Amino acid sequence: MSPETLYQRITDYANRANPYPLYAELRENGVTRQADGSYLVGTYHEIAALLHDPRISSDSRNRADPSTVPMFRRNSQQAFIGLDDPEHDRLRRIAMRPFGPPHSPGRIDALRADITRISDGLIDEFRDKDRIDVVEDFAYPLPVTVICRLLGVPHEDMPQLRAWTNAVIAGVDVTPGKDEESRQRAGQDARAAMGEYMGDLSDKRRENPSDDMLSALVHDSGPDGRLTRAELMATGTLLLIAGHETTVNLITNGALTFLRFPDAYRLLRDKPELMPRAVEELLRYEPPVHLLPQRTPLADVEISDVTVPKGAPLILVLAAGNRDPLRFDDPDHFDPTREDNQHFGFGSGVHNCFGAPLARVEAQIALNALVPRLEDFQLSEDPPPYRRSPILRGPRHLPIERVG
Amino acid sequence: MTGKPWKGRIVIVGASLAGLRAAETLRDEGFTGPLTLVGEEPHLPYDRPPLSKQVLLGRTRATEIGLPRRRDVDARWKLGVRAGAIDPIEKKVILADGELLPFDRLLIATGTRARPWPDPVEARLDGVLTLRTSDDAAQLAERLDAGPRRVLVIGAGFTGSEIASACRERGLEVTVAERGPSPLVGALGGALGAFAAKLQRAHGVDLRCGVTVTSLKGRDGRLTGAEFSDGSRIEADVAVVALGAVRNTEWLAGSGLAAGPRGVACDAGCRAFNMYGIVTDDVFVAGDVARFPHPLFEYQMLALEHWGNAVAQAEVAAHNMVSTGPHRRPHLAVPAFWSSQFGLNIKSIGVPTFSDHVVIAQGSLRERRLVAVYGYRGRITAAVTVNRAKWLEHYQYLIETAAPFPPESGAADRPDSAASVPSDVPDPQLLSHGPTVALTGHLPDRRLTLVRHEPTPTAAHRR
Repeated sequence: MSPETLYQRITDYANRANPYPLYAELRENGVTRQADGSYLVGTYHEIAALLHDPRISSDSRNRADPSTVPMFRRNSQQAFIGLDDPEHDRLRRIAMRPFGPPHSPGRIDALRADITRISDGLIDEFRDKDRIDVVEDFAYPLPVTVICRLLGVPHEDMPQLRAWTNAVIAGVDVTPGKDEESRQRAGQDARAAMGEYMGDLSDKRRENPSDDMLSALVHDSGPDGRLTRAELMATGTLLLIAGHETTVNLITNGALTFLRFPDAYRLLRDKPELMPRAVEELLRYEPPVHLLPQRTPLADVEISDVTVPKGAPLILVLAAGNRDPLRFDDPDHFDPTREDNQHFGFGSGVHNCFGAPLARVEAQIALNALVPRLEDFQLSEDPPPYRRSPILRGPRHLPIERVG
Repeated sequence: MTGKPWKGRIVIVGASLAGLRAAETLRDEGFTGPLTLVGEEPHLPYDRPPLSKQVLLGRTRATEIGLPRRRDVDARWKLGVRAGAIDPIEKKVILADGELLPFDRLLIATGTRARPWPDPVEARLDGVLTLRTSDDAAQLAERLDAGPRRVLVIGAGFTGSEIASACRERGLEVTVAERGPSPLVGALGGALGAFAAKLQRAHGVDLRCGVTVTSLKGRDGRLTGAEFSDGSRIEADVAVVALGAVRNTEWLAGSGLAAGPRGVACDAGCRAFNMYGIVTDDVFVAGDVARFPHPLFEYQMLALEHWGNAVAQAEVAAHNMVSTGPHRRPHLAVPAFWSSQFGLNIKSIGVPTFSDHVVIAQGSLRERRLVAVYGYRGRITAAVTVNRAKWLEHYQYLIETAAPFPPESGAADRPDSAASVPSDVPDPQLLSHGPTVALTGHLPDRRLTLVRHEPTPTAAHRR
């Protein structure tokens, strides 16, 4: 088939369960211009170069064709994920102060006990069940509880937040379909509502501070000043959504992969100390984020003999780079002891995943708690039903059942 | 490693970062023979970068900075004793305490020491210090704790500037004297040097450039102040001599190796050259004391006082010590270093002094966040970031591929193409501070005169 249709085929829902043959085709074809004028990159070294290139913008408002700019990006305050330096750098730096080193080196470590308690509690609840949905019963409730606790979002608001999150994710979906306009609109409304919610919550924390990250953000007075209310709304929304969505996929993909590969499973069951490395391999082999659809060159940029013109949509298929045989030995093999594993599971460059340290700790603890429980279970269906998004790719449900 | 593991005795002289990482790599490579590490200091290997930063700020103690171990090295440690010489024929290291250490392969990782104040009488005044070892740092931290009225820092290289920064952060008055036109100019050139000067003054440093300290004054054996070449004088209770480093090569004087003030010359595989420029097969060099040819910088011999280089070069040296010909690897790492001072994170990749022009490719001096890119004859040879370290990888790639200078414009945080200016790298002779990156030319260190003894009949008869 023509390489010009690769993006269409990758985003086609029919290929969600196994996009990897298409990724191999993409790598084979090099940097490929799509019929719609966008450029697709799936080889490791080219992706790495572009992720580190200061001429590649994350702000899709720099696109030459305004119709390729998603609705929610056209106005209103953007979160740092969709901005460039120096704005990106300033907002991210302020957000980092209450989250990680050097100012808050202990924040994530302090969550370890909580994460362990929450995952043990969830596992206890399905101790006697014969059928489990790993997503609903475990992989979703854990990170969402953790991010709410970290940010200071009340537990009872979770259902509302879930509905908004789903709408926002659907709104940035690039799967071909007729309802795109209405999905984008619903996504934008949900984003606005969530922003208002975070704004109101920040106001409350300004009055009555607690030990959560939102309180720290509204009271912080670092050298870069405080976030404005609009910035707080956008940043809070980003942290809340990105803080759990992707981790759900990571944990679910972990359970799925361990059940698919019994040798790897037995290794991890017997040597839980290998889990940190196994999580890195999961991030390479089945990453929660498969592609970055929002990059745009600010100048004509040459990459492996193709000139990507200024303003063209540039799509980086991270999950294809993660399986590039020019970078990884035996890339289609899941090897939990793999060394030299500098994957794109968290991206790379200045936009490298903000929450990576938290995601790592959550996935390591969650999967180590889950592994012994998987002993008597098998997949009810393989492949499982997938969520719609080709960007944040992962199973919608992962039903497993007791053997025998 | 392929083939049979190499067998023999290995001695590593120098028990700091390079020595330790080499020992660990040797064991990783499967070397099981006897291994001895010799260190002049009584301490186990420790990390030096905190000595001019966290230790002076009281955030950590000079005794708490032991280097983390990658693995057990199963070595004999000879600490607190200096290596005095090498017997190259008998292949023995002669220690200052008289012990002889026979070796089959030797690694020289003796590093550098602080350049002392040239006047020995003034240098002995109470309050005159240098900063290189953990003992030095403990002493200096203690002096700073005592709340001196003024600290004098002589030399505004990275060490001197970091000391000045720590003093200001602790609220101490500090004067910095630098013979060159600005701080850091020896490593970063004129444009960033001028920036560093402004930065220091904005932080309340009494910075005096273009002057030298002509004498240190004392009363009853205690430092009281200093006199400058411009006739001015100050009172100070503490003076830190930060005039750069001296390479520890004197002990190799009779070894026949190409060892001298600029280091021990070695090939890309870390094998030492002898004084005839012939590569040795059993003596290796790594870390600050080594000078080695680098293909990215026209094969000039580089001498780097960098943490990362010590690690990378030690790993290559150790691998090559126990590997045979075709399995040996070259040391090709792109030089890199970092500094933190006056609230800024400064990082460098490549060799900024190997340049003729520089351009601010991202950010600006005004924001105190920037990437400066250095070029030499139209290609990119280095980049320095100030609070923008995450971009370094991009520039490393440009350096490694000899990309054209200036870099292509279009960076989001530098929309207008900025003009490049001369990089103004001064002659190192004109500085107080020794540069931490030294381009040391193509030649072995010593100039040899070829003396040909014609075999005359008389001489032949005498034999």
